[in-house]
Amino acid sequence: MVEEIGKTAEGDLIINVGPQHPATHGVLHLVITLNGETIKKVEPHLGYIHRSIEKMCESLTYRQFIYSTSRMDYLSAHINNHACALTVEKGLGVEIPARAQVIRVLMDELTRIASHELWWGAMAMDLGAFTPFFHAFRERESINDIMEETCGARLTMNYMVPGGVMVDLHPNFQNRVKSFLKLYKQKIHEYDELVTGNIIFQNRMKGVGILSKEAAISYGVTGPAARGSGVSCDIRKLYPYEIYNTLDFEEVLETAGDSYARYLVRLREMNESIKIIEQLIDNIPEGDFQAKTKAVLKLPKGEFYQRVETARGELGVYIVSEGGTTPYRIKFRSPGFSNLSCLDHITRGGKIGDLIASMGTLDLVIPDIDR
Amino acid sequence: MFLVDYFKDVYGAMKSLLVGMNRTGYYFTHHKEIITEEYPDNRDTLVLPERFRGEVVMTHDENNEHACTGCSACELACPNGSIKIINKFDISPEGKKKKAIDTFVYHLELCTMCGLCVEACPTAAINMANTFEHSVFNRGLLTKRLNKPDSKLKAGVE
Repeated sequence: MVEEIGKTAEGDLIINVGPQHPATHGVLHLVITLNGETIKKVEPHLGYIHRSIEKMCESLTYRQFIYSTSRMDYLSAHINNHACALTVEKGLGVEIPARAQVIRVLMDELTRIASHELWWGAMAMDLGAFTPFFHAFRERESINDIMEETCGARLTMNYMVPGGVMVDLHPNFQNRVKSFLKLYKQKIHEYDELVTGNIIFQNRMKGVGILSKEAAISYGVTGPAARGSGVSCDIRKLYPYEIYNTLDFEEVLETAGDSYARYLVRLREMNESIKIIEQLIDNIPEGDFQAKTKAVLKLPKGEFYQRVETARGELGVYIVSEGGTTPYRIKFRSPGFSNLSCLDHITRGGKIGDLIASMGTLDLVIPDIDR
Repeated sequence: MFLVDYFKDVYGAMKSLLVGMNRTGYYFTHHKEIITEEYPDNRDTLVLPERFRGEVVMTHDENNEHACTGCSACELACPNGSIKIINKFDISPEGKKKKAIDTFVYHLELCTMCGLCVEACPTAAINMANTFEHSVFNRGLLTKRLNKPDSKLKAGVE
């Protein structure tokens, strides 16, 4: 029972972080119970940016609903669209041309690098270092320019359609990606010089926000956050889709489980994505970029599920079809929601100063949590 | 031994800070590597890629003719209802009724620039322009009529 406003019965202080707080990267509202400086409980309050995308999708056709999923996890918009396109294709039983598959994987990996770069800049900014933010945006801008040239938009691309991709690659695409790879290799050492090796940064990250392997599994944490605890959960390796089973890349694993381990996983994952892009960029097969599909798509009666690995973890798309042109029910299993659920576990007993550092390494995107 | 470790830690900490400061100092003295663009001062030289999706426009040729037959494929493809097509019936010289477009209403305020209408158009009558400065003071100005006054259907487009 609350006896006094802002205090619990035991005399602990209750404070609100958010919904308008710069460090929560969106409208996340955390109600924190504090005993002095020690966190006793963190309770996320959700729903400030709920747009009922799942319900909206029920009135849209299978071609139309894909655009709205770019607005869920806007930093991996391509991968969200990819997941939806794959699910619809599974229902239709369409074979995707080899060129479209390669284009899709290339775009996914570019998106992953862009997302991790933004996270790196924002993470350092949460800890008080402002310069890395601009360094991260320098590389990210060149990826955004590539997207703008080929897909026609910088963030909400809507490039993946059932059957392939919307338009063919821009003639400049290969040169632009190659010059980006060159730029990235010249600049990546700055990331370590500026942040990773920094003693203040290391002291704030090491041994903070520890998520054990068992806890990661029981909370359903996926993606880099779980791989920092040693849980092997990369969907690209475990349940390969598209051409991922033919590619040579490693699943990045760390075992410490603290904030620093999660940080290292993401930095090394960017290098793995670069490796994938290097394998594919000179080997884009000729052919169609889109399979021939009917103008009006109708999925057979049944249930379809497909999962992909976004920059934040496992995204699952579940479609129930009644045989019509619109889905009967759509459910998204978003990675952000499950990753947020372990926030209370990893910060409880710690200091309030470490809360933002731990939350930053979970890489939360709030529209992805609320949908 | 404790003292040796302590001084090693201090040395490592100082070194890591200096390495970071060195990187900051590098950019402080290398102005040519700064890549920021000063919008809106660079408006005259700003070039957007031709595929950039800014708003839907209808292409008209020099005879004020367009290729829109009024088939409503774009209206059906639009997920937000930002396109509304109003048709009329023209009487041809032979006395036959022929469907033609009267008004192509485009609600820019509802549009999410997904490009599905352009994909759906069978006669390539509409496309995406790369204008992006859409702010106006009156919301009514965002509802546009895309076919120009007195424009006609191009001959040979069915």
